[in-house]
Amino acid sequence: MMSNHGIEVLHLQKYFKKRKGLFRSQTVEIHALKDVSFTVGLGETYGLLGPNGSGKSTLIRVLSTLLLPDAGEVRLLGHPLPEEEGAVRRKIGRVSVDAAFYKRLSARENLLYSAYLYGLEPRAAERRAMQILERLGLEEKRFSDPLEEMSRGMQQKVAITRALLTNPPLLLLDEPTTGLDPKSRRDVQKFLENLRREEGTTILLTSHDMAETERLCSRVGFLAHGRLIAEGTAEQLKEQSGTSTLDDAFIAFAGESLEQSEEKSVGGEDEATDEAAVAGVAD
Amino acid sequence: MERALRQTWAFVFREYHLTRRYISWVVVFTFYAVVNSATIALIGVAAGDRRLTLTLLLGVLLWGFLSVLFIEIANSITYERWEGTLEYTFMAPVSRLNHLFGVSIYVILQSIVRTLIIITSLSLFIELDLSGANLPGLLVVLLVSSAAFIGLGLMAAVMPVFSPERGAEATNIFQGILLLVSGVYYPVEILPAWLQPLAAISPATYALSASRKLIGIDAGSDVSGRLAGAPVSAVVPELLILALMGIVLIPLGLLIFGRVEAWAKRTGKLKRMG
Repeated sequence: MMSNHGIEVLHLQKYFKKRKGLFRSQTVEIHALKDVSFTVGLGETYGLLGPNGSGKSTLIRVLSTLLLPDAGEVRLLGHPLPEEEGAVRRKIGRVSVDAAFYKRLSARENLLYSAYLYGLEPRAAERRAMQILERLGLEEKRFSDPLEEMSRGMQQKVAITRALLTNPPLLLLDEPTTGLDPKSRRDVQKFLENLRREEGTTILLTSHDMAETERLCSRVGFLAHGRLIAEGTAEQLKEQSGTSTLDDAFIAFAGESLEQSEEKSVGGEDEATDEAAVAGVAD
Repeated sequence: MERALRQTWAFVFREYHLTRRYISWVVVFTFYAVVNSATIALIGVAAGDRRLTLTLLLGVLLWGFLSVLFIEIANSITYERWEGTLEYTFMAPVSRLNHLFGVSIYVILQSIVRTLIIITSLSLFIELDLSGANLPGLLVVLLVSSAAFIGLGLMAAVMPVFSPERGAEATNIFQGILLLVSGVYYPVEILPAWLQPLAAISPATYALSASRKLIGIDAGSDVSGRLAGAPVSAVVPELLILALMGIVLIPLGLLIFGRVEAWAKRTGKLKRMG
């Protein structure tokens, strides 16, 4: 199906139920995403900035077919969700903040497992994996090392390789450089720039890092307490808020800094929160 | 078709390499299983009772095979949650049928190898003369009953989606109840009357009953000590019940799995916890 948009999100709502009170008898609804609407053009890199608990990961999970929206419309590369989730799954790659792997298995074994899972021919997948890892700056000799013996930066590079094995036209990156050392961070950023330029991959990138977002993304959305409070190019956002940095622009739009917003969300005073935080207490 | 085969193979590949990487634990658990089987079978040897020895031996081997089959399939989701890989498996374009079929294939192979190791090791402790037993028939029972246990495993596998810890606890309790009511080491008739209806719905009850007939445990032996194993035709009722259980339990397990997966996607329960 042809579409001019890689991602179309319209009035998206997602809430979670949380038990409270004595004997956990009361149920309250926590809105993780409130009426979120935005589009990402084909081949565009779009950044979502927001503190922990702002709903970024929930949004990525909805787009990854791991969460069902409660209201609103979501289309990826023209495919509506959840109706065409099979087609979407074949066309997306995802990297999350925690590199989720079988840590005892080597990078090669983890990547081959992923290749089989997507029905890829193993030799071709292995060749592609080696090429990507080389471009990301990971030495070939580390390919057979168990993931548990690799640094976080190396693991994240393997995670990016896994997401790109199928050469997906759409990439969902949930804080892919959080916790990386400066060199690994630069390697990943440079790789993403090249990927968009050479392959025309559509990328949705969530981050706390203003400089990274400004460098990689043609447009940026500010997410706070589950709402998309502003979007535009970095320059437009700074201009509209009358500030000189994205940090200050976020404060101007949200009325608080990323850190203050995060404290509110994590402290549970605010309704908007990450599903991770909610699920942890709702179980 | 090729794509579906590769996707099924993914799980066999993964499980094989995980076994290889955790080989010391596999050796430890197999060693314990050998010792456990030997100590149970030696009770019969000590009593000088061949029938008791064979009953205990059959019970420990059959239960060892079927319970490992059940628990490994049931825990397949738990392991993924612990590793944090569940979301990646669930967002891959692989059908749940291929996913669980792949896991089941590896678990069956693993259980067969484990059982063969136990049988070989037991020959160091006990003189086993199974001449006259219908061993090919025993293999048929094992295969047919595997389907029912896979179905039970699929149903239990969804429990960790609700809660990883409680799910694992519930699976172990369920396994314990199966062991208690199925007459693994004793006839189900000696169970309290209130427990006996449960024996009727356990596939292990029928697998054991058929296997005892095929080995000839209750038929005695001729003057040369040769066992009088029954032909497969003598266990057709048990095989039919087991086959029916498999036909019902596997699709039911998949259905329940699908429903719980959809529920988890609504409530956010696929996220790693614990």
